[in-house]
Amino acid sequence: MAIADAVRALEGKFKILAKTEFRGETTLTIEREAIHDLALFCRDDLGFTYLVDVSSVDYFGEEPRFEMVYELVQFEKNEHLRVKFRVSEDDLTVPTVSDVWPTADWHEREVFDMMGIRFNGHPDLRRILMWEGYPYYPLRKDFPLAGRPSDVPGVAFTKAAPLEGGPFVTVPSTATTKDREPRARPLS
Amino acid sequence: MPAEAPVAYDSKIEGNVIITRIDAAMNWMRKNSLWPMPMGLACCAIELMATGASRFDIARFGAEVMRFSPRQSDVMIVAGTVTYKMALAVKRIWDQMCEPKWCIAMGACASTGGMYRSYAVLQGIDQLIPVDVYISGCPPRPEALLEGLMRLQRKIDTEPALHDQKKQFFAELRA
Repeated sequence: MAIADAVRALEGKFKILAKTEFRGETTLTIEREAIHDLALFCRDDLGFTYLVDVSSVDYFGEEPRFEMVYELVQFEKNEHLRVKFRVSEDDLTVPTVSDVWPTADWHEREVFDMMGIRFNGHPDLRRILMWEGYPYYPLRKDFPLAGRPSDVPGVAFTKAAPLEGGPFVTVPSTATTKDREPRARPLS
Repeated sequence: MPAEAPVAYDSKIEGNVIITRIDAAMNWMRKNSLWPMPMGLACCAIELMATGASRFDIARFGAEVMRFSPRQSDVMIVAGTVTYKMALAVKRIWDQMCEPKWCIAMGACASTGGMYRSYAVLQGIDQLIPVDVYISGCPPRPEALLEGLMRLQRKIDTEPALHDQKKQFFAELRA
């Protein structure tokens, strides 16, 4: 089934809030509640048997703040479909699709670990990169790159890493790259 | 042959006796058979493997016996990025190594955190364990690791072996 037919089928069955085409890629924006049914429909009726990725975006300062992004592929015609929807910070829960595509299990754990979005119905929603007890969600826009101090005794600790004055920090100025890069400066 | 043999000189063992200090002898033995604990955590570990392989041949310096058990190793080569998630595990392996022990921080990441100024990476393994030799590079070439190893050998040569033996053990007794 070509992608145009797939989109038509989806439009007839689900509420599509927006549809964009960019360089041959189709993106559908849907409602959060529809994602599980839409996932089942895409897999069983439209042939999107492969979930490439589940990711999330933090539009800090906007409302709703977060956005979930699902990348689907069907092998039959080599078609690609992107499905997105927004999630509000006040209700950070999303229906899981890990029962539709098992690969979503770890992807959703990563989204939970890095953004703090919870997945209803997920079989094993633990942190996947950071450790149990780490108190922050590090990919959120209000989390500093340098990190924040934390401590889980016996497991791990973190310290804030200073971002200025280090040996690998380029100095902002109009000088040439050679003069701005750290090794060009005399060590004080 | 005289009836009584001279005490201080015997032609039968001439040339087979070496007189030295016990410190120097122990240091000589230690520095020429450093058994590394390869703490390979990132791409530096590839260079560490290259150093152990035939072209660079770390065996020329007596350090070819890579022990994957901390209880049998002398020098921990921290090769790679130490994330906070791994940091306490590295510390625990270091604690399991027997005295005397040394540590080489191989590469920018193990020395300072390198390019990873971030929430996830320990900014230098020296925040947790004492480091004897830092090696620059990202990653360092095998020659650099061998140079670091030779510097460590020179450092061991200057250590008072007996005095420093079990230094951590005695320090804990005093505390």
